[in-house]
Amino acid sequence: MVKSNAALESIPALLARNAATFGDKAAYREKEYGIWQRWNWGEVAEEVEALALGFLNLGIHEGDFVAIIGRNRPYFYWAMVAAQSVGAIPVPLYNDANAEEMAYVLGHCGARFVIVEDQEQVDKVIEVQDQLHQFEHMIYLDPRGLRKYDHRRLHEFSHIQAQGRAARDEFGPELKARSERLNLESTCVMLYTSGTTGKPKGVVLSNRNVIITSKNSCEFDHLVPGDEVLAYLPMAWVGDFIFSIGQAYWTGFCVNCPESPDTMMTDLREIGPTYYFAPPRFFEGQLTSVMIRMEDSGRFKKWLFDKYMAVAHRVGPAILDEKPVSFGDRLSYKIGNLFVYGPLKNTLGLSRVRVGYTAGEAIGPELFDFYRSIGINLKQLYGQTEATVFVTQQPDGEVRADTVGVPSTDVEIRIEDSGEIFYRSPGVFEEYYQNPESTADTKDAEGWVATGDAGFIEKSSGHLRIIDRAKDVGNLSNGAMFAPKFVENKLKFYPDILESVVFGAGRDNCVAFINIDLTAVGNWAERNNVAYGSYQELAGHPEVYKTIAGHIEEVNKSVAQDEMLSGCQVHRFLILHKELDADDGEMTRTRKVRRKIVGEKFNDLLDALYGGKSEVYTETEVTYEDGRKGSISATLEIRDVAVQPVDQKVAAE
Amino acid sequence: MNTMTENTTVGYMTDDGRQIGGTMMEMKNITLRFGGVVAIENISFDIHEGEIRAIIGPNGAGKSSMLNVISGFYNPQEGEVWFHGEKRPPMRPYQVAELGIARTFQNIALFKGMSTLDNIMTGRMTKMNAGMLSQAIWWGKAAREEAEHRQKVEEIIDFLEIQAIRKTPVGRLPYGMQKRVELGRALASEPKLLLLDEPMAGMNVEEKEDMSRFILDVNDEFGTTIALIEHDMGVVMDISDRVVVMDYGKKIGDGTPSEVLANQEVIDAYLGVSHD
Repeated sequence: MVKSNAALESIPALLARNAATFGDKAAYREKEYGIWQRWNWGEVAEEVEALALGFLNLGIHEGDFVAIIGRNRPYFYWAMVAAQSVGAIPVPLYNDANAEEMAYVLGHCGARFVIVEDQEQVDKVIEVQDQLHQFEHMIYLDPRGLRKYDHRRLHEFSHIQAQGRAARDEFGPELKARSERLNLESTCVMLYTSGTTGKPKGVVLSNRNVIITSKNSCEFDHLVPGDEVLAYLPMAWVGDFIFSIGQAYWTGFCVNCPESPDTMMTDLREIGPTYYFAPPRFFEGQLTSVMIRMEDSGRFKKWLFDKYMAVAHRVGPAILDEKPVSFGDRLSYKIGNLFVYGPLKNTLGLSRVRVGYTAGEAIGPELFDFYRSIGINLKQLYGQTEATVFVTQQPDGEVRADTVGVPSTDVEIRIEDSGEIFYRSPGVFEEYYQNPESTADTKDAEGWVATGDAGFIEKSSGHLRIIDRAKDVGNLSNGAMFAPKFVENKLKFYPDILESVVFGAGRDNCVAFINIDLTAVGNWAERNNVAYGSYQELAGHPEVYKTIAGHIEEVNKSVAQDEMLSGCQVHRFLILHKELDADDGEMTRTRKVRRKIVGEKFNDLLDALYGGKSEVYTETEVTYEDGRKGSISATLEIRDVAVQPVDQKVAAE
Repeated sequence: MNTMTENTTVGYMTDDGRQIGGTMMEMKNITLRFGGVVAIENISFDIHEGEIRAIIGPNGAGKSSMLNVISGFYNPQEGEVWFHGEKRPPMRPYQVAELGIARTFQNIALFKGMSTLDNIMTGRMTKMNAGMLSQAIWWGKAAREEAEHRQKVEEIIDFLEIQAIRKTPVGRLPYGMQKRVELGRALASEPKLLLLDEPMAGMNVEEKEDMSRFILDVNDEFGTTIALIEHDMGVVMDISDRVVVMDYGKKIGDGTPSEVLANQEVIDAYLGVSHD
């Protein structure tokens, strides 16, 4: 029954193959009513077919856009594949986007169909539907609270499937014909980039992009049908599409969906994925909570933990890389594994991880080493939506915190004189939808794509190292190179610091905004009997200021060591009175800081930092989760930090 | 005002187009005294099938006492309680519960050391009928029964979106969450009439919005009739179909939220208008 790979030119074709070759194998699990519900590949094929027939029944055309707004649930993944099998194009959206953001994307692609989770999303779409000229039908999963809505254009998911099943005779041949017309050239999916600058852009990915990239990356890491992933990252993000659809359908592994966003940690423990992806902040959060709990534990446990973590730190990474390690050390590590690392990995839900990736942001060396030392094969990759994720990745055994690995299979890399990284690969996107100028700016005629990141290839290892966003790299007024991310990352490696934004381009020196990590600092406050009522109050505490100033001094020492970037030491800082938030436009939905917007919004604070003041009063507008606006005001303290002398430029390395 | 409560068995249509059924419960001339203190004085009102009925009033107006009369905690010295067209004899709270009336408390009354799941499970007690022996040795009927009840409880957990705290001891939960668990326990008995004593007291705006949504959804999804006491006038006006206003143990107003808002006596007594 196995078709030759040549015919596997679309996701629906891969689904048909999976249903035929391992129809009984688990394809999806979702925890619902406290129990893991399971669907095998055969059942998934049937569910997808029923939905696809239902779409035809509603009059879907080839080339229509189908927007999908919801958290990771099997039904939404099926909806994407069902849309593909009728020749339509799925467009997953961030489900925490507000109505305006949604209106822009839905209007830009002209979605005729919108599939949503519940009343909350239905209301959002209804709110903006007047602006959407092409919008016709909305399909929802959860009928709760929707009984009394006007159902002329609103349908329940299961009803559409039931109508589809009933119309199999009428639409079956049409569905078959449309699915068979799909090939490597046809569009697989459209994903909107979160956009650190300007409006989101719709990245069009073809079946070639998705299927060849999935094939290459699965081979790179030897993924097999028995692998398990936990799908918990936003469905609108390219990574989730590749992991939970591309690679899952290519190899036939099982995608597990959490019960709710809040139960993710419990679900992770119960599933124990073998292939796992998480952004650095996630690993950071986990480590912070482990450390906090160890601080609170008994003396013996703490002693045991410290002793064996020291062993792990010394030999763990070498053992993971299968390098020679003395017998004694091996034995200690085994014992440590029995008493500390094993139980710890189990608590973290990472016992079975064979391949773990982190990407999106730089990861702190200590953080990275911690996970590798207890035997988790955590690696880094560098990717973009425009590349169908993979640009570079770290092969097993060549893993380091400060590089992002070697070019992925079939990817070519070129570094311009400006330091900007370019790549060309089978994963390179088709175009930005209805935006030929941006497409031309990013992708040249030969298929080379500008990443917008500056970096270099390390000669000794052939690994790529990233410095910063190319457009953020600038100069101080004295001509010294300024790369904010370089400093921010060093700052963020301290558990107390959640975010930092460093300014300095065109100025005499650098200053920083700091966001404290409420979990870590809050725990400190609890242990030291510091009472606080809000983030703002804790952030303004003199002891907190002192601690943060200490961290910045340490960072300055480390920055001073760098030949090129020693000018980037932070001279003055303040702790912001609010956490940077995507709802206020200060971050993208993937939680990347929008540097320019933050600079403009807190212009008064920047002036105060450079104006030599010791405190500043400010008022800021904030947006609540439900879209209402309010404002908060505060008087913020500004502190100076000791810097290292850099005038005599001694080569540090 | 009292004309509305005279043995009406026909329902009515709400402003948003919901059909409300006939009279479910009727309080006739209730008077409740504690020694010389008159907590409730000659109050009559009714609750229709499927409606959300609010009881409001300043502190000490007798609202909680009224709820306690309905739930059988107090037996009034005078007056009659009619339920489904029959006069209810004086009852103990557990007998009232068996009639399909469940409640939550003003001061949360959960088992602090038990998990959310177990707390909600206790709400199924009135529905369990395996013998003591079967329950003790955990075999046969008791085991089968527990699985059935667990399913019902899981549906409630899903409904109230408290999956993440399923196994958490409720004593460790924040106040707003405990309120939600308490609602869950009341729902577990699949009540026909749900009594909520200040379900939103001490909550922030977001928690109040969530709780309002749950109350409306309970009413809408399960068709449960709801009688609630609440201080937040905004919430009361938004979610209730009809409102009874009490002051010093007396009824001073009864009708739809807009009628009550327009009632001068209510404005003076409760909403506070300057008296000069």
